[in-house]
Amino acid sequence: MSALPMIAGALIAAPLPVAAINWHSLFFLLFASVSCGFAVAVVAADNVVRMAFYLVLSLGATAGLFFLAGAEFLGAMQLMIYVGGTLVLLVFGVMLTAQAPLVAIKGSGRDRVLAGIVGVALLALLLQAAFSVKPWRAPAAGVVAEPAATPIGMSLVGVRVDEPAVGAPAANKRPGYMLPFEIVSIHLLVVLVGAAYLARAKRRKVPRAIEVAASVEPPASVAEHASIGRERHRSGSVLAGGRP
Amino acid sequence: MNIVVASAVPLLGLITEPVSVAHYLVVGAILFVSGVVCMAMKRNALGVLMGIELVLNGANVNFVAFASPYLQGEGSRSLGLDGQVIALFVILLAAAEAAVALAITLNFYNNHATVDVDRADDLKG
Repeated sequence: MSALPMIAGALIAAPLPVAAINWHSLFFLLFASVSCGFAVAVVAADNVVRMAFYLVLSLGATAGLFFLAGAEFLGAMQLMIYVGGTLVLLVFGVMLTAQAPLVAIKGSGRDRVLAGIVGVALLALLLQAAFSVKPWRAPAAGVVAEPAATPIGMSLVGVRVDEPAVGAPAANKRPGYMLPFEIVSIHLLVVLVGAAYLARAKRRKVPRAIEVAASVEPPASVAEHASIGRERHRSGSVLAGGRP
Repeated sequence: MNIVVASAVPLLGLITEPVSVAHYLVVGAILFVSGVVCMAMKRNALGVLMGIELVLNGANVNFVAFASPYLQGEGSRSLGLDGQVIALFVILLAAAEAAVALAITLNFYNNHATVDVDRADDLKG
């Protein structure tokens, strides 16, 4: 939070012309801070409804990062599938289970301290690994990314249009993604059937209201009516039985 | 004032220098760690699900960074299309996983009237 005023103060104090600003980096910084900040907010929040909202913002900002990295098709898919589909599903889950005592289930303080220690240790390990990726640190200038939607679509049916042409050395050729695509398709079908089976409404033999009414002791007047009805029924059955 | 400016100068480099893969990896690491801590700490089953989403998303950021044509260094070769397609598969599988996990959570809620994962100890020996 204190970083922004510091940057603003530095901008005023140091003679930084606007031309020196790398807009790609500036937008990266914007999306990255939103993404990371709301990811931490998801962890810090106790209310599950707020957690869902923070997650929407975090994943949406991550889609912005994808756009900045030149993966525009993937960014669009992130917005459509994740933010538009998965999170709506999660919000429905939150709505269906949001009874007052369940909205904010808090962990114990010991758990929080332990999780914080483990998290910081893991983060230190990962950051060290991230900064040790030296050969990747010099970005090539003047690169323009090709639109990725067509190559992705072609690779899913097994044709790599982004690869070296026919006649290139065999080491440079890679196959497409026909088989993983089929596997994922079947997987999605099975998962959808399974999810529908698991979440379906259970059919009871006896409707719930009648069951509850039967288990509760009926009031006197109701019991009286019931006994009268039973009597009538018995006499009726006697009459019916007496009929030839 | 001088101290503030001096401490802000490294941050200034973030704006004037071009972005590298390491920046993306840092973002991915933060998302991943947030997700892991979320999965371990939350007692609400839906909170655990959100942690899983964060973990998968952090992995996706790394895939996209290594696949990006803007970020590859001179002479090195990026993952190219492979990284993007793998990230796409991860998104699809995350959607499938969320659907099944949500169905299980709703079933658990119907049977136990709670979503507290600490109460899900019926199978404990």
